[in-house]
Amino acid sequence: MSAPAVKSLTPEIAPRRAPTKLARLHPLPLRIMHWINAAAIFIMIGSGWRIYNDDVLFGWLHFPDFLVIGKWAQYGLQWHFFGMWIFVLNGIAYLSYGIATGRFRRKLFPIRLREFVATVGDALRFHLTHDDLTVYNAVQRVLYLGVILVGILIVITGLCLWKPVQFSELAGLFGSFQTIRLIHFLCMSAIVAFILIHVTLALLVPQSLVAMITGGPTVNGRPPAVAEPVRVAAPAPVVEPAPPAESAEPAGPMPDSTKER
Amino acid sequence: MSIRPVTPSLLRPHKPIDQSVSKQNRRRIETINRRGVLRGTLTLGALALLTGCDVSEEPSVQDALRAVSAWNDGAQAAIFRPDHLAPTFSPSQVVNPPRFNAYYDIQDVKPVDGAAWKLELAGLIKDQRPWTLQQIYQLPEQELIIRHICVEGWDYIGQWSGPNLRAFLTRIGADLTAKYVYFVCNDDFTESIDMASALHPQSILATKYAGAPITDPFGFPLRLRTAVKLGYKNAKWIRTIEVTNTFRPTFWSKQGENWFAGI
Repeated sequence: MSAPAVKSLTPEIAPRRAPTKLARLHPLPLRIMHWINAAAIFIMIGSGWRIYNDDVLFGWLHFPDFLVIGKWAQYGLQWHFFGMWIFVLNGIAYLSYGIATGRFRRKLFPIRLREFVATVGDALRFHLTHDDLTVYNAVQRVLYLGVILVGILIVITGLCLWKPVQFSELAGLFGSFQTIRLIHFLCMSAIVAFILIHVTLALLVPQSLVAMITGGPTVNGRPPAVAEPVRVAAPAPVVEPAPPAESAEPAGPMPDSTKER
Repeated sequence: MSIRPVTPSLLRPHKPIDQSVSKQNRRRIETINRRGVLRGTLTLGALALLTGCDVSEEPSVQDALRAVSAWNDGAQAAIFRPDHLAPTFSPSQVVNPPRFNAYYDIQDVKPVDGAAWKLELAGLIKDQRPWTLQQIYQLPEQELIIRHICVEGWDYIGQWSGPNLRAFLTRIGADLTAKYVYFVCNDDFTESIDMASALHPQSILATKYAGAPITDPFGFPLRLRTAVKLGYKNAKWIRTIEVTNTFRPTFWSKQGENWFAGI
């Protein structure tokens, strides 16, 4: 029976709960929107490649059949014009959420050029630390903000390709139909490049991937003094004085101190 | 057995889609799907494997996708601006000859005998007397220099002229409150457009391209040219015009292309 277990857990956790409400690094609505977006992007890119193949922009580039969604062009189009609703509606929800909750302001700003350069340098020398998932470094901020802007641009150009006459005023800002196709394509390329980096880094730092599923560490501006021992699924932020002799890195706590317990 | 083209294209015949392979391999496809779903939940990379087998043709998936496509018809009708004009261009930008498109190759076009040809009228039209080509040539002409956009992604600027469709429908006493204008073509191609698009100021029954009669591959003697639809909606070699409230699937919509196809 699970009743005794719960009983024994409750007094353990209760005192640790700060009087302020604890929030997860990635709140549930955000996680849901992230994974809906992942599925929508997957549909949009795969079907977009199928549509592209019917009249290529570059003679040297055809997407192989095993990578595209839809055996025939009309299936690719069907998927694309299905996925677009998910992508756009979910995207609007995400942007509204990010702005309304202040998440964008907190997580993506400020972006400082000096930090950006320094972080790129660290990354190239494999000196990046991932001890704190809750703060994005300058490169992450630039990439996340950049991909949001590209996402907006790809929707706008997509709208212009879908309705070049109904939205002729908007389409006219970009140029000819083929120019809009090219911009739409370049936005896709930028998103694919982002995904490659994003997924690679998420796999290199698995706790970040876990955090996007479980919500990650709690954040209320004042992390709990002790890791919550019962919740093993989420790597808790462990704030403890780093043993100075042991750590060569200047950036305090070890990322995986839970392992050592 | 016919051999399918390596790269499927709207411009090549790909009907009928051979369902036998899918039927023969039904069990295998189902197995792949189950496995695929499990795999897909694990990683994005594995998800990519799912596309290797095309789930689009699965009847349930196809039904769902077509339902969304039908819903998109309504969405497109809702945002359609009846009086908003498409951009027009100068004669110097016109591509001549125009680019060919049909569900077969250009050498398979069967020319229409203009002298024997008659335009038949049907449905919700008061005056259903057929029209000869000479009679149509007597009607006032409207010229459109507009962009043709193919669903495949290519486009060109063409110079079309002929009687305005709205004026023609009015003259023959068509019910302008009906829902659809349906075209049957000499190659048995069928296409229909919504009445709002038919009444758009830039919808014409084209008889000329760049000032000369349209040549055989491009729809001689009469074709639809509207600035508010994708290329494939512009029926060529028109034989019959019917005004109707009954929706009937058309050549491309039967293949899974979007019916409204507005631009």
